[in-house]
Amino acid sequence: MQKIINDPQTVVDEALEGFVKANKHIVEVTDNERVIKSTEAPKKGKVGIVTGGGSGHKPAFVGYVGKNMVDAVACGEIFSSPPAMMFYDAFKEANGGAGIACLYGNYAGDNMNVKMAIEMAKGDGIEVKTVVANDDVPSAPKERLEDRRGVAGEILMWKVGAAKADMGASLDEVIAAAQKTIDQTRSMGVGLSPCTIPEVGKPNFTVEPGKMEVGIGHHGEPGIEVADLEPSKQIAKRMVDLLVPDLPYEAGDDVVVLVSGLGSTPPLEQFIFFNDINALLEEKGLNIYRSYVGDYFTSLEMAGITLTVLKLDDELKQCIDYPADCWGLTQFGK
Amino acid sequence: MSISLSKLSGVVAALNDTIQENKAYLSEVDGAIGDGDHGINMAKGFAIAADATADGSKTVSEELSVLSKTLMMKIGGSMGPLYGMFFKAMADTLKDRESMDLETFSGMISAAKDAISKISPAKPGDKTLMDCLVPSVESLVASVSAGDTLDAALEKMKKIAAEGRDSTKDMVAKLGRSSRLGERSRGVLDAGSCSCYLILETLANQVIAAE
Repeated sequence: MQKIINDPQTVVDEALEGFVKANKHIVEVTDNERVIKSTEAPKKGKVGIVTGGGSGHKPAFVGYVGKNMVDAVACGEIFSSPPAMMFYDAFKEANGGAGIACLYGNYAGDNMNVKMAIEMAKGDGIEVKTVVANDDVPSAPKERLEDRRGVAGEILMWKVGAAKADMGASLDEVIAAAQKTIDQTRSMGVGLSPCTIPEVGKPNFTVEPGKMEVGIGHHGEPGIEVADLEPSKQIAKRMVDLLVPDLPYEAGDDVVVLVSGLGSTPPLEQFIFFNDINALLEEKGLNIYRSYVGDYFTSLEMAGITLTVLKLDDELKQCIDYPADCWGLTQFGK
Repeated sequence: MSISLSKLSGVVAALNDTIQENKAYLSEVDGAIGDGDHGINMAKGFAIAADATADGSKTVSEELSVLSKTLMMKIGGSMGPLYGMFFKAMADTLKDRESMDLETFSGMISAAKDAISKISPAKPGDKTLMDCLVPSVESLVASVSAGDTLDAALEKMKKIAAEGRDSTKDMVAKLGRSSRLGERSRGVLDAGSCSCYLILETLANQVIAAE
């Protein structure tokens, strides 16, 4: 295992400690050392934005805690949902009295733990509503949208929900905007090499040399097909051909494009891929309103790339353009 | 035939021993179609609970309650809440009791199954721990009606639980992370059904030894 660590059992705790120290201008640790909050949270009268999930996806989830982004996050073990208590503590840390929007991804563990945490919060009179991201197209057919898992589209869901909350929206308005965002978002990825959970000590799946896993999940879940590794242009075409008809996106639509490396695919390759995506989407008559290219949602050191496309309307444009400051995504406006 | 619950003191330590011994095995099974951390997360939770109950001052119900809280509050994943609810129901069944007979044991495992159903839609055939747990409960209930001895009922349950675990091999996963695999999930055991078997086996052995 080629890793710069001290002890496989404490990777999450040590990384979080370092993360908080390095970003003390935007985040701070709470009484629960696995719950990290924005230095500005809780804001009185503002809807609190909470998320959480397994670790190993940096910048997700903790990297999206900050100004006009997520208020508090629950950080589980590598690829494993945080326990209910952690979500509950995150709700309390983000609670400004206007309710909590818990915006997270569709995984069995997270669903159960969030559900139990909401029950716990009821006892404190904290109202929690959820949006469960399900943007990963290859993870289930369109008839079973509710079975799809949440992937990098979650970032755009947080961005919109958090902007809306800062504009003074009510809990229901924040939830509606976040739900609309994920409903209008589609994602998919390809994996070129596996990753290793430090405590397991060996790769969690295999990709033969010269092959790629089409539709891979953020934890190495197998996709829809193992194919020969193709040039970027063809990978881009596969993805666009699957994503565009699924919503569907139509000529004239304004879209946000988010391309993320999965951990060990360098920016050089990411921009080659984006260039191909850009051409294909333009061919279909889509207007790319804004793009994000980088390591936005990774899976430890997996090689591969994901594409996320969000169809915009005026409300979503306003939220996407809203300033935000966190380690994973900083922007000063449009 | 009933046994004094005080004889079951240290049940969490026994469960912990079983889980620690099988940590690598559970992770390996999980690694085939999951992310390979089932053994690690279970081992972490059970070890914390075993430490917290090591002084032997707690009743069996209290021991199980500590295990439940540890799994729910510290472990997370899917198994944290599922086994957390499982052991909470067992702790509740044994609360204020001093002895246990077959009916109590059957009621306890049955309550544990119902508790899981409250937070998970899993049913037999979905390739989950329910494929081990549900037939085990049915076997116990049948033993109660048939008037089996405690010993005989537990031996029967162990056999049925093992068969239930093994039946997951030919199933296609319907729930949880491995369900995204579809047909590719066939041919390997479900890790949850393996840990469920180990837990039921250990509980049964503890009771048999206490008789």
